[in-house]
Amino acid sequence: MTTDLEIAGRRFASRLIIGTGGFRTLDSLAQALEASGAEMATLALRRVDPSARGSLVEVLERAGVQLLPNTAHCFTARDAVTTAKLAREAFETDWVKLEVIGDDRTLLPDPVELLEAAEELVADGFTVLPYTSDDPVLARRLADAGCAAVMPLGSPIGSGMGIANPYNLRLIVEEAEVPVVLDAGIGTASDATLAMELGCDAVLLASAVARAEHPARMARAMRLAVEAGRDAREAGRIPHRLYARASTPPEGVPELS
Amino acid sequence: MISVVLNGEARELGDPATVADAVAAAEAPERGVAVAVDGEVVSRGAWGRTSLSDGQSVEVLQAVQGG
Repeated sequence: MTTDLEIAGRRFASRLIIGTGGFRTLDSLAQALEASGAEMATLALRRVDPSARGSLVEVLERAGVQLLPNTAHCFTARDAVTTAKLAREAFETDWVKLEVIGDDRTLLPDPVELLEAAEELVADGFTVLPYTSDDPVLARRLADAGCAAVMPLGSPIGSGMGIANPYNLRLIVEEAEVPVVLDAGIGTASDATLAMELGCDAVLLASAVARAEHPARMARAMRLAVEAGRDAREAGRIPHRLYARASTPPEGVPELS
Repeated sequence: MISVVLNGEARELGDPATVADAVAAAEAPERGVAVAVDGEVVSRGAWGRTSLSDGQSVEVLQAVQGG
């Protein structure tokens, strides 16, 4: 039986969240959103560019997705908290994908600043979804701090390397009391399926779709992949075995020579 | 005239000037905009009554793809 994803009391039929970064055009984004079936999408805040064409907010509204503003490129808790407050003003939502980056080249999270920002934003009434490293202890600390979900990376943002440490992810899922959203690193559909098979509650991805040769086709693949992974998880897979186990009964085999 | 730093660039605004004037000068879109003055958020409802003074830094932000 399928159940909805529930984060902070809000229900989502889709377990795929689309990051809007990297799409070449707003049209391409709109088509991918439709094909993905996603009900939530990220966006960011940057300095006004008067030459910018089209309205991202309108595209997302037409797609009927909930907005999840991010704090991308913030390197301190202080900047991330201010950015979250700016996003709350701009988009009238207290949901935030909290990112506090610790390193320019890998874009890995800064765990110390991340936890500090999460605590501050939770205290200020935000619904905080932190992008975190795949560290089970940090995930627990973030959940304990009142985050509405935890969003461990599979591998670095935009790397397409999939899930580098499935064992850590299993540990996070095993003890999580909030939804676990695999965020970052997805390269292709099987990565998304694996995330769901490992027990993640949802998958957030951007580059894998946005930078694919055919984004809408890949968005559809991701929708199916997430659904397949979820079904497989819920269905209860067979254990790994070293030796074969016959699927055709050995009894009653005729003697033919 | 007063001189502020608007989205990283020196800009002259009329005297007196409010945050709403800076938003207009930045050619911000209608929706999905947020403003910080010297790193502090100014809520939309307060733009018209928040005056700016010489040398202040104003960031006028809009939605972009990301994440």
